[in-house]
Amino acid sequence: MSIESWGRYPKLPQQAIYADWTDQLSSLQATQLKDGFLPFGNGRSYGDSCLADSGTVLVMKGLNRFIRLDTESGVLRVEAGLTLGEILSVIVPRGWFLPVVPGTRLATVGGAIANDVHGKNHHVRGTFGNHISRLYLWRDGQKIECSPTQNSELFCATIGGLGLTGVILEAEIALMPVANSQIDTITHRFDRLEDFFTLADRYDKSHEYGVAWIDCLRRGKGSGRGVYFAGNHAKYESEIITRQQQFTFPLTPPVSLVNRLSLKAFNELYWHAKPVRPATTRVPYLGYFFPLDGILHWNRMYGRAGFQQYQCVIPKVNAEGAMADILQAIASAHTGSFLAVMKQCGAIASPGLLSFPQEGTSLALDFPNVGKSTVLFKRLDDITRAAGGRLYPAKDAHMSASDFQRAYPHWKQVEMLRDPAICSHFWRRVTT
Amino acid sequence: MKNILIIGATSAIAEACARQWLQRFPGSHFFLTGRNKEKLNTIATDLTIRGAGKVTPLSFDITDAEIRQGLVTNVLQEFDQIDRVLVAPGSLPDQQRCQDEPEYAAEELNLNANATLLLLEALAGQLEQQRSGQLAVISSVAGDRGRMSNYFYGAAKAAVTTFCSGLMMRLQKSNVPVTIVKPGFVRTPMTADLDLPEKLVATPERVGKIIVEGIEKQRSVIYAPGFWLLIMTIIRLIPAPVFRRLGL
Repeated sequence: MSIESWGRYPKLPQQAIYADWTDQLSSLQATQLKDGFLPFGNGRSYGDSCLADSGTVLVMKGLNRFIRLDTESGVLRVEAGLTLGEILSVIVPRGWFLPVVPGTRLATVGGAIANDVHGKNHHVRGTFGNHISRLYLWRDGQKIECSPTQNSELFCATIGGLGLTGVILEAEIALMPVANSQIDTITHRFDRLEDFFTLADRYDKSHEYGVAWIDCLRRGKGSGRGVYFAGNHAKYESEIITRQQQFTFPLTPPVSLVNRLSLKAFNELYWHAKPVRPATTRVPYLGYFFPLDGILHWNRMYGRAGFQQYQCVIPKVNAEGAMADILQAIASAHTGSFLAVMKQCGAIASPGLLSFPQEGTSLALDFPNVGKSTVLFKRLDDITRAAGGRLYPAKDAHMSASDFQRAYPHWKQVEMLRDPAICSHFWRRVTT
Repeated sequence: MKNILIIGATSAIAEACARQWLQRFPGSHFFLTGRNKEKLNTIATDLTIRGAGKVTPLSFDITDAEIRQGLVTNVLQEFDQIDRVLVAPGSLPDQQRCQDEPEYAAEELNLNANATLLLLEALAGQLEQQRSGQLAVISSVAGDRGRMSNYFYGAAKAAVTTFCSGLMMRLQKSNVPVTIVKPGFVRTPMTADLDLPEKLVATPERVGKIIVEGIEKQRSVIYAPGFWLLIMTIIRLIPAPVFRRLGL
């Protein structure tokens, strides 16, 4: 069980120290963690934000207990190592849902807070941090309670604080009521990038969730064709089987299976398989929110060299132009991924200091880790910078210190509030 | 729904087993014992939120003969009958300290062997009388052959294994299956200080799943994970003149 990030790049050997109970932490810090460490959840960050600068991570997955669930008010308190999927499996049958879920249910609560994750409903619910009413940090050998009213500075620095402000032990989450476990979806195929913006504006008014898949290989007139998926929690429940099929990607091939040919074939098939006219269906929540979790270890598909994700958000005024430029640059480079996700972010502000989303459009693409990605990333960085956008630290393995510091001016406050014992490889890279 | 008694419920393996059982039998009732009251209560709350029908925590030390002998009566105040028993108490003694301090060695042997065996005897009586239920005990691969790095622990676990192999024959007549569980290296607080070979270390979740699956199939011996059967077979087959020269 060696520790690596989800993109399996950069390759930095990490020693793992496991915690199961809070009372172990003092003695661990005096011994195995004494040269510095980084708390580690379930390793779903893509780049080096989950890898320790010191090379020693404190794995928190063992702290995965439910502490309190008020089924009347929907307030849930849990240990930070619990994954979002485990929480959903317990709360959904009782009529509650997490108000914000990212694209994987395998992230931990601690990771969701540290990266202030967002979901397909950012325009109506904001980020994960918007729904945290209280959290408990372990720092300097003490358990510190933080909330918007108590230790509020530390609270804000911890939301999206990349795990640097102390070990997140527990969190209290305000849940959202749902009638059942199903989602009413609309699948709407579109031919051009402009259509994405029209559809997103329209569906954002009527739907809780919205996200689009983009065919990143198309150039010229058909550039930016894709499929829009809008969704709402279903009011009525259908008798459909709610079990997600689970596959496992069995091994790591020596080279990436994602290449120009496989990508072109997949994208053609995928686009053409979608209905020509908008279609409505009712589906179980697992398949709607977490399609990729149906294949365990899907990151192996990119081979031993791993992959990098490029996720940027561009402010609304510049979004349409910049997105067109970005897609043009990617298509010209003949690279990209099956997974190319575009969505609108709303104006709701997070309490966090380093929160990624801002009002505008976000695009996320995976790239196999080959030489030409580096050249492409430089070009994409230029477009993002010129458009006043920013990159997502949770996904990043390449952004420059100057880009980070320009895009996240509050980084100095986080640095001041950082637990001196804790530092990630990412943080060292972008702050020095 | 089953009535499940777990001794040593705060161990990582026992906690994982409890969750596995709960998934298999939603609404189950649990009776949990362990030395640390606070941790026991934390686990009880967790299991309740995860869907347990009722959880009764009882903190006690199995070396306390009086409470140990009264345990069955205590449990039967909560349960009509006991459907599953998992006995998972114990510690991992420091081998060097056992060699240096006889008092410490005696305490560890008392906990890991004597007290465990006497508790098993008490529980077996109840299951025999019920003519129903299942008993599973966490032993260890360390009990398969003594090694210089942990022969105190190994000897205690060998006692548990041998005891259970006899108990298995006795309870067979009452249709009560007994399962001996032999985990290999598991990532738990108990092994946190040891430098173990990465590839051989399993998570408590994985081991818990293997154990509960095996118990529900009424297997007599479970190596968890299964490859330890191969490793231990090889270790048992090494001739003593060779074995004693190894540094295991």
